Amino acid sequence: MAERLLDVEDLKVSFQTEDGLVQAVDGVSFTLDRGEVLAIVGESGSGKSVSVMTLVGLTRTPNSRFGGSAKLGGRDLLSASEEELERIRGAEIAMIFQDPISSLDPVHRIGDQIIEQIQAHEEISKAAALDRAVDLMERVGIPNARQRARAFPHEFSGGMRQRAMIAMALSLSPSVLIADEPTTALDVTIQAQILLEMKQLSQGSDSGVIFVTHDLGVVADIADRVIVMYAGRVVEQGTLDEIFYDPQHPYTWGLLGSVTRMDRDPPRRLPAIPGLPPSLIDPPEGCHFRPRCPYAFDRCTEVPALEARLNDAPGHLDRCWLEPSEKRGRREVAGRIGLGQGTAAA
Amino acid sequence: MSAEPDRDALRDAEQSLTGTDQPLVETEHLQLYFPVKKGILVDRTIGEVHAVDDVSLALREGETLGVVGESGCGKTTLARSIVRLLEPTAGTLRFRGEDITHLGRRALNPVHRQVQIVFQDPISSLNPRKRVGQIVGTPMRLHGIDGVENRVSELLERVGLNPEHINRFPHEFSGGQRQRIGVARALAVNPRLIVLDEPVSALDVSIQAQVINLLDDLQDDFGLSYVFIAHDLAVVRHVSDRIAVMYLGKLMEVSPATELYSKPIHPYTEALLSAIPIPDPEENRARERMVIGGEPPNPITPPPGCRFHTRCPRATEVCRTVEPPLAEYPAGHLAACHHPMNVDATEIESATRSPLSPLTSGRLLPNGKEAPVPPDEADQEPGVPSWGERLKRRLTA
Repeated sequence: MAERLLDVEDLKVSFQTEDGLVQAVDGVSFTLDRGEVLAIVGESGSGKSVSVMTLVGLTRTPNSRFGGSAKLGGRDLLSASEEELERIRGAEIAMIFQDPISSLDPVHRIGDQIIEQIQAHEEISKAAALDRAVDLMERVGIPNARQRARAFPHEFSGGMRQRAMIAMALSLSPSVLIADEPTTALDVTIQAQILLEMKQLSQGSDSGVIFVTHDLGVVADIADRVIVMYAGRVVEQGTLDEIFYDPQHPYTWGLLGSVTRMDRDPPRRLPAIPGLPPSLIDPPEGCHFRPRCPYAFDRCTEVPALEARLNDAPGHLDRCWLEPSEKRGRREVAGRIGLGQGTAAA
Repeated sequence: MSAEPDRDALRDAEQSLTGTDQPLVETEHLQLYFPVKKGILVDRTIGEVHAVDDVSLALREGETLGVVGESGCGKTTLARSIVRLLEPTAGTLRFRGEDITHLGRRALNPVHRQVQIVFQDPISSLNPRKRVGQIVGTPMRLHGIDGVENRVSELLERVGLNPEHINRFPHEFSGGQRQRIGVARALAVNPRLIVLDEPVSALDVSIQAQVINLLDDLQDDFGLSYVFIAHDLAVVRHVSDRIAVMYLGKLMEVSPATELYSKPIHPYTEALLSAIPIPDPEENRARERMVIGGEPPNPITPPPGCRFHTRCPRATEVCRTVEPPLAEYPAGHLAACHHPMNVDATEIESATRSPLSPLTSGRLLPNGKEAPVPPDEADQEPGVPSWGERLKRRLTA
């Protein structure tokens, strides 16, 4: 078995706001092994970003409360001091954000920013740090890296900035790389370039990658394992093929059905999910998806545990009370997976 | 600019493509350049952004035309000039056969009653200080339509909002609901055409699906025509009858919707299609993908010849020097490429130069032959006038 890098258990994050307590993350558990790419999928407000930002202490604000644990090689990240976290950030867990223009310092040269990060963690001369920065920039596909290292962030295009962010994230060979929607702001041809480079880089290293995204196409392209989040909870977890070909939770069906596909003739109507995601201040009792689920029944007012419900797939977990045998017939809409209109289960 | 006979040829070409007599909207060699200015007291124009460069398209009644391309390809500028929020620098824009290219605000009023737009960002396109009822009712008041109150409630209900929320402010709604308000506002004056500028790209997938279904229903119910601008080729496939692919201000390919995906002729279209990951792990692993390097060039100084040649894996010498005309293939499929893909020898041999081709494009067809010069075009000055000439014409006019 591969070495375990991260072990997150029953993670809870809440924020006290003027309107009430927002339970942004409500009992999220997952693990990350060496060499694997774990995708966290969900829509806005599902808690996917808050979960990963909490791992590196970026949600530590006066109004936030935490619960559960997140262990990185035996150390708990939630109770770690600010100094400990500073040593971990960048060196052991690195992060790439969606918007590279606001994550880079506009008044410092790209190369200097990478050098600063290297020197903050290692005793190394500036010249040696620069060499490493240039080498990294070349590896992520920035041409003329030695000259481009002297450029400022505004002189880079969106794709180049994101490459610079990746170079910076890789500069200390972290064991965990967290990418939070890294290609969402980019054009598709640039996204394809960056995803290809990230795949090549991850094949050549033994670090674990957590890839947060809302794009199921990107997930299918890059992930080994998938976590589906909805309203602060993990509703389903499994390998890439399990999630796409044998999804167990009605929300996952709805998500897969809502996606427009360009590789086949479109259905006349998309099987959309009715309604809106719930408020996290006053979420519905029981299963959070219940108000939008056409198959909800009495038992759904009780929260289902995240557990394996299929005999032949111990790693495939879901939070749904429906019998697995009932699900097969219900998740088909016009020959593909989707959330049907359906009547309530008995 | 263009002589009469040329215009007839254009119309004939459009007729054979769309099969109707008069298109709802037509752009004819439409061009929109933005001046780049420099200077402290006196602005000097030091260059121009070639946002839309000689685009000829037509949309027939009831049709949905998808326009796709990456950021900076000019698709939004095209959308805004179709509704005349921007005034084209050259070319002609026609609505139901009437030239509206340079009409003034007042003269445009009756046109705007029939042509409306929905913007990408549902936050910045709704006035935060106005209530929903005012937002949706304003176009009706401006156009002197009676019974505003009742109609606003009806419209809200029609787009899937609760009519009781008529007195709420935009910030009280979610992103998807705000986009529905934008759609209701566009519908308010009972238009024939709605230009949708990335209407769903700011929304979550499940909400995207709801809004796409709504747009579909509205089109059926009201017999609307859409120009659907998007960067997401999957969404465009779902809604469009025909699709135009743009790159750096020019049309690369225009094709019936399904054929674009099964038979992309332009290498740029192929690159765009293979850049999009398919949400299906097995199919994704199985397919061969063409990942093109580099980034789109600067639209202030676009490359000569074919605009895509700097990134194109099939580019040769001719692509660097001669701008390819739009060649017409069977089924009204147009592509501007010297080295077309997915077409057989007979199709290449029978390809003709479409009259929709840019004025600056060459006459060389993919089969290596020169397209004949129609007699009426022989004595025309080639190309579009420079900004200086245009300025001179404007001042003397």
